[in-house]
Amino acid sequence: MSESVYGLIAKFDSPEAVVEATRSAREAGYRRMEAYTPFPIEELAEILEFKPKIQYLVFLGGLIGAIGGFGLQYYASVISYPLIIGGRPFNSWPAFIIIVFEMTILVAGIVAVFGMLGLSGFPMPYHSVFNAKDFRLVSRDKFFLVIESRDPRFDAQRTRAFLESLNPEEVTEVQP
Amino acid sequence: MNHSQADEKLISRLKSMQTLSLIVGVIGLIALIAGYFFAKDQFFQSYLVGWTFWVQVALGALVILMIQNTVGGRWGLVIQRLVEAATTTLPFLAVGFIVIIIGIPHLYEWSHADVVAHDELLQSKSAYLNTPFFIARTVFYFVIWIGVAWLLRKWSAQLDDDPENASLRKKLRNLSAPGILVFGLTVTFASVDWMMSLEPHWYSTIYGIMFGVGAMAAGFSFAIIILMRMVKYSPWKDVIRTIDISDLGNWLLASIMLWAYVAFSQFLIIWSANIPEETTWYLARTQGGWQWVAILNVFLHFFLPFFFLLVRGTKKAPGRLLSIALLVLAMRFLDLFWLIFPAFTPGKIVFPWLAIVAWIAMGGFFMAIFFRQLTKASFFPTYDSRLAVHPVKEEAPSHAS
Repeated sequence: MSESVYGLIAKFDSPEAVVEATRSAREAGYRRMEAYTPFPIEELAEILEFKPKIQYLVFLGGLIGAIGGFGLQYYASVISYPLIIGGRPFNSWPAFIIIVFEMTILVAGIVAVFGMLGLSGFPMPYHSVFNAKDFRLVSRDKFFLVIESRDPRFDAQRTRAFLESLNPEEVTEVQP
Repeated sequence: MNHSQADEKLISRLKSMQTLSLIVGVIGLIALIAGYFFAKDQFFQSYLVGWTFWVQVALGALVILMIQNTVGGRWGLVIQRLVEAATTTLPFLAVGFIVIIIGIPHLYEWSHADVVAHDELLQSKSAYLNTPFFIARTVFYFVIWIGVAWLLRKWSAQLDDDPENASLRKKLRNLSAPGILVFGLTVTFASVDWMMSLEPHWYSTIYGIMFGVGAMAAGFSFAIIILMRMVKYSPWKDVIRTIDISDLGNWLLASIMLWAYVAFSQFLIIWSANIPEETTWYLARTQGGWQWVAILNVFLHFFLPFFFLLVRGTKKAPGRLLSIALLVLAMRFLDLFWLIFPAFTPGKIVFPWLAIVAWIAMGGFFMAIFFRQLTKASFFPTYDSRLAVHPVKEEAPSHAS
């Protein structure tokens, strides 16, 4: 049976309740789980040990933008087509800084948007969690905790009993 | 408020810091007066550096206070009483201006009638750059700053006793918002008067903002240093959350980024135009040893704190943020030293020990006044529920229902 469901979902009424429940589930050894809330709750990310990697990508993007922006101008005004302008050296770096700055922001920004989408698994045309009962309330005033059936400790009966013990409003199955 | 929940150890440490600061201030003052008899010119030059450093800390505190009263969040509430206490030093700094008045002939070329008589440009500027108007302007700035700081402090203290008083909250906002505008103007003129007019032939329209933003960076560094030294004591340890520390780190990051942006803008414009009457200012500051100060300023005032503050870990650990704030505050001194001193010794670096002495002497009194006010008032405003020691139940945003 455990193969036929995506997981079990528990519905909570308050952020404190879902934070408590997630902590208990974590302590009980569950790993493949996810919490869904109407607004960001920092503690959840800590409990779920969610370690975002986006900042490294953005930094790398910014670095590439900076080096690319400088390289572009250096190549154009020193190597490809050197012109003396106002008696200044070919490599007039102070004048390059503005474009270096803009390129840094541009590439970092693009990487931030698309990197975030990519790391979040987008594009994703289908996700089982939307089969859960009342899941649309997650963008309103309900808080959800899902334990996936992929979790090695998942057992349809015992996991349900465990979730019931966390004082949820309701525990239901999520179809795959 | 009373200090009933405050850690006795914290109070006694703050009190002993107050005494220590006063002792340092008095010793520094004696050394400074001794310095006056050794080298008069250098005394006034050094005093100008030391004095402007502490003035900018107080002014930075004032603008942070006004920003906090206008838009503030938790980050502003946790440092509100610290910046309020820092603004109580403004009357002392205003008195400190008397030394500058005495030193006008030693500092400012435009004050010498014989020099002006042979200088057409200074003659044209003499309607603005003359001794009586110079003094009157600074008195005017200080009257505004002290007045605004006094009112903001008074009203927020009254709010602690009467948290439901909506008209007081409105008053705080209505003074702070235009206050930021007035602050921008007065700080611009003040920096032009005190520092830029040291080289009266040169001008830069971005100078005032550079000083003002630097002052804000100094104000944030100062508040962070004091706060991070106190977080392990109650009542702070029950109030401060990681997000507050991280927000303050972001403010510091934003301040130094804006400072770098403005400082580089001035350089780029002058470098691009490349005309002699403008480049002299940079030539005086990038030759004969001054170039090392300039390079240090670029790397330690901007790049190093910038990269450290980008990393989230720096903004979560009070100790690390404290070191960065100390670095930025030290660099504020170096920056002012680099802005002021080459006006007297263009293209030839000097190491005036008196500048350090002046900085310590002014700092001693500044800190003594600061700690005195800090132990007198409550550590943070109690009228705002966002700082409740026992956090209220978080509610879902209203737009969601």
